Amino acid sequence: MAQSTTRKKPVGKLIVMGIISIALYSTLLLKQDLVNSTFARGGMYALLPIITAFVFSYFHGSFTGHFWSMLSS
Amino acid sequence: MHDVLANFINLDAITIVYLFGVGFVGGLVSGFIGSGGAFVLTPGMMSLGVPGLVAVASNMCHKFPKALVGAIKRAKYGQVDVKLGIVLGVSAEAGVLYGAHIQEKIKLAFGDAGSNLYVSVAFVVILATVGGFVLRDAWKTYKDGNSNAVEKTGKLAKWVQSINIPGTMVYFKSINARVSMLFTIPLGFATGMLAATIAVGGFIGVPAMIYVLGAPSLMASATELVIAFVMGVGGSLKYAMHGLVDVRLAMIILGGSLFGIQLGAIGTTYVKPFMIKVVMGVIMVIVLFSRGLMVPVYLAQLGLIGKLSDGTVTLLKTTSFGIMIFALLLGAFIVLRAMWQGRQAERLQQASGALEHGEV
Repeated sequence: MAQSTTRKKPVGKLIVMGIISIALYSTLLLKQDLVNSTFARGGMYALLPIITAFVFSYFHGSFTGHFWSMLSS
Repeated sequence: MHDVLANFINLDAITIVYLFGVGFVGGLVSGFIGSGGAFVLTPGMMSLGVPGLVAVASNMCHKFPKALVGAIKRAKYGQVDVKLGIVLGVSAEAGVLYGAHIQEKIKLAFGDAGSNLYVSVAFVVILATVGGFVLRDAWKTYKDGNSNAVEKTGKLAKWVQSINIPGTMVYFKSINARVSMLFTIPLGFATGMLAATIAVGGFIGVPAMIYVLGAPSLMASATELVIAFVMGVGGSLKYAMHGLVDVRLAMIILGGSLFGIQLGAIGTTYVKPFMIKVVMGVIMVIVLFSRGLMVPVYLAQLGLIGKLSDGTVTLLKTTSFGIMIFALLLGAFIVLRAMWQGRQAERLQQASGALEHGEV
């Protein structure tokens, strides 16, 4: 049957990564004053935006990856 | 520090949607050709009232995680040459520092208008030569009906691969040959310098990998993402140390661009390799006109030609920005269309295969 060759859709992972992504973005925007004042201090605080970028790209990147594989499978 | 904070704009829903959308289109093109998008994002942020340096810094901070995600995705398709990416990326980092240094010198000597003129002339000259060459090559492939054939290594690349300088030779899997570091270092350096000047180093990096080193276009555009990542981390850290990164802007653009870059990467698996050259060449040549329009504005500001009326300046600026957005949208359209056609063709093939092996 044609359906049997279709890969399993990563629904669970999509939902988990989506929730984490939304949580990350909500925190960033709700706490933007605190984030701005801390992250823009310069010096060693420069690592904060870099770490944030890695964390966001991991969770949101996995989410978008699963999102497209859901649509294309 | 308070001065820096004053540079961070207020975000409302419309701004967020706008940044997300621009991020998506930029990401889509980057996922496909390895770069692009940045040159619209920086002016796009500045149009919202973000100061130039914060816009450049925030753009850089969204670029490296985007490039990382894109590179991982395309590595799954076997298109990334990590070694080549890192070797070029490290020398590109040096190019970025030198390029930024030159920019500062020009700004000191000739002011903002001088530095803008330098950037625009760099845009026009490089995009005209490299973009014209890439587009001509893509057109030739299409006209000769070779678009399905395996890409051939060009004469220049064959010559570069034939040079043996003991002690400097490195094997790269994408090229499937040993190439002297004395060739890769200047190429990486030029990529970095261009990235520091016009924000899109890939306009040198990708064609250089294809035509000078002899890498297939799919691998060149994928490997460019590794270079962009290496350059981006260093650059972002440098800007963040001065408190210039607005992480909110960077993450919102990243939000859109991660959708785009994944789709662009998927797109490369559905299209013929010469489409990479088509999209890249088309964008380069259109952007060339966009920047070309601004040259008289800066020349007038420097007093090298007669003064232009305010109306003319506004008209030139608006048209220039409009053309740039058009270039990016057209690029995104070609990618999506090529992908759609590739997918349809694949489905047709699958359907006919299923019929042949079906209930017979």
